[in-house]
Amino acid sequence: MKKSVIFSALTIAGLSASAAAAGTLDDVKARGKLNCGVTTGLVGFAAPNADGRWEGFDVAVCRAVAVATLGDENAVEFVPTTGKTRFTALASGEIDMLARNTTWTLSRDADLKFTFVGVNYYDGQGFMAPKDLGVASAKDLDGATVCIQTGTTTELNLADFFRSNNISYEPVPIETNAEAQQQYLAGACDVFTTDASGLAATRATFENPADHVLLPEIVSKEPLGPLVRHGDSEWGDIVRWSLNAMITAEELGITSANAAEMSAGTNNPEINRLLGSEGTLGEMLGLSADWAKNIIMTQGNYGEVFENNIGENTAIGLSRGLNSQWTDGGLIYSPPFR
Amino acid sequence: MTIMTEPPKEAFRLSMLINDTRYRSLTFQAIAAIALALIIFYLANNVATNLAKLGLNIDFSFLGAQAGYDINQTLIPYSSQSTNLSAAFVGILNTLLVAFLACITATIFGVLAGVLRLSNNWLVRKLMSFYVEIFRNIPVLIWILMIYGVMTISLSGPKAYLGAEPSKELFLGLFAFTNRGIYVPAPIWGPGSMVVVVTFILSVIAVIAYRRYATNLLYRTGKLLPTGLPTIAILLIPTIFMFFVMGQPIGLDLPDPLANRFNLRGGLQIGAPLIAIWFALSIYTGAFIAENVRAGIQAVSKGQTEAAAALGLRSARIMSLVVLPQALRVIIPPLISQYLNITKNSSLAILVGYADVTATLGGITLNQTGRAIECILLLMLFYLIISLTISSVINVYNNSIKLKER
Repeated sequence: MKKSVIFSALTIAGLSASAAAAGTLDDVKARGKLNCGVTTGLVGFAAPNADGRWEGFDVAVCRAVAVATLGDENAVEFVPTTGKTRFTALASGEIDMLARNTTWTLSRDADLKFTFVGVNYYDGQGFMAPKDLGVASAKDLDGATVCIQTGTTTELNLADFFRSNNISYEPVPIETNAEAQQQYLAGACDVFTTDASGLAATRATFENPADHVLLPEIVSKEPLGPLVRHGDSEWGDIVRWSLNAMITAEELGITSANAAEMSAGTNNPEINRLLGSEGTLGEMLGLSADWAKNIIMTQGNYGEVFENNIGENTAIGLSRGLNSQWTDGGLIYSPPFR
Repeated sequence: MTIMTEPPKEAFRLSMLINDTRYRSLTFQAIAAIALALIIFYLANNVATNLAKLGLNIDFSFLGAQAGYDINQTLIPYSSQSTNLSAAFVGILNTLLVAFLACITATIFGVLAGVLRLSNNWLVRKLMSFYVEIFRNIPVLIWILMIYGVMTISLSGPKAYLGAEPSKELFLGLFAFTNRGIYVPAPIWGPGSMVVVVTFILSVIAVIAYRRYATNLLYRTGKLLPTGLPTIAILLIPTIFMFFVMGQPIGLDLPDPLANRFNLRGGLQIGAPLIAIWFALSIYTGAFIAENVRAGIQAVSKGQTEAAAALGLRSARIMSLVVLPQALRVIIPPLISQYLNITKNSSLAILVGYADVTATLGGITLNQTGRAIECILLLMLFYLIISLTISSVINVYNNSIKLKER
């Protein structure tokens, strides 16, 4: 009895002892590996492929940071987290950053003490229903049973949407996306709700994707982005600018194919600054001069990452929409590299 | 003349703490206690320091804030505008409900299986050992998923019952079995229904009084009054009489296939998650209780059975009058820990989407507020209190049946 007390106390203390270490960049360099929190598996965003290699839109952000800091896109330990465990994992220092389609909200920023470094996907919550249910709008869902993945902002949006439209529903909280899928397909719930991108990714894995429709309503704003802990702004800067490098690269027309050629020097000073042939931007971040060039050469620019993982030519088939460059009327915009 | 020699009164010296057997054990216990206290203090201090470094503080004010999410099974009024505290209470009541139901059914399964495992019938005996070995050797988590999976796949969706021309009729016109739960009629309490209920309660009291009187009469005079038919008569006739006198105040709210296009409305819905977790916990723990019961029965000396048989008792009465009362002394203490197991295992309910306290306070609330340490502390406190309460209540019962030694 006394023993078990000691052991449990040791566990708690052990968990917290690893937290609160300053200098995340030094830790990552000393470890030789970046610990990056991702989903437990959402095709297109983060999921292991047939060979067991993690791939996806969020995975590319992890790999970009690993390339910038360690120079190796494979020096990443992917830590699968559920909606429930992700924040504890980040707060306790188990992971260095979280890239897990996480919505940027005020309370997560201020109360949970995290820093969202940017937005890599502008999303919104939607609904998916079987076609033969004959539902045309989410407002027709009065009395329906709704499957939700627990531990997300979707639960709160869902409650707000049904309350403001004065209709009732029965929630079925499900722990992971895979289980929610199974319940939805077995007919234990009428509709499945989560971020519209997640719905598209989930539908792509169904046997007959055409039998399911996404309802037109988007009931919330879900800016998804990578985040780090409060307390280490230098590390936050590295993650922020790794993402911005990919975005700026698309804007300037730098791709994985022409990055090496352009890094020799061009007549556009911003390209030169980004690729390290001019100025000392890498040094300011505590990185090598060619950090951004390496990111673009291994991961590609933002547009390439999008098209390869979730774009219209993939099974997920998302169009750029809001996630086009600002020059094309979208919201994707990076501050200047200067 | 004798010389009284008193034992020399030694002055207490410090070295005696180690060398003198009278003090040695105390010394070591004190050292161990101090060391333990220091370790606990160090760990607690470490946690507090690290939390402070992270800028996190222990704060329970989130309990008063609006929860913002909905729950599918609420025993008390609750909406998404209620506080996190009431969400926690909804969860607590759901936990207690499933634990209570599972304790009762697990005991029934366990006693039946335990008694039948000792049956003289080969087939029954083997079937029961099969049940015990299969169920207690596979983790309960797998049973929960399995039973829920079988339920959702094998039963039809509510759609089969819906519409003007459903593909399935309500069973007896009253019940619907769907993969989202079982719908049963709910009573509607009209004006005057209290009279009927009070009559029924009075009838129950009358039945108990009558049976006491019959037993007393049997012991005093040897005269045997019939108990079966009069019991039923006392129980039912006045209640039915009052029901019609008051003009049938209690109606039935039937599941309505036409009210909604997605689900049946009306009646009482017993959700599929509740059924899955309830049944899984009962059948799993029932296997353990069966073994406790068998051990208890076998602990009663065979002479007792033989003596009872010699008195001319039939075997069913030997079991209920002679063997089981004595076996209970052996059965009850391990039974307590099985009840505690049920209560604690009910925390797996989130697996099938049942909103117990681990799912509300330790799940959604924890997530939305990010107050992990506070929520987990409250959860620990809740389970501790519940377990201690169950254990002390059954201990009282155990004291009342244990062998009275004078």
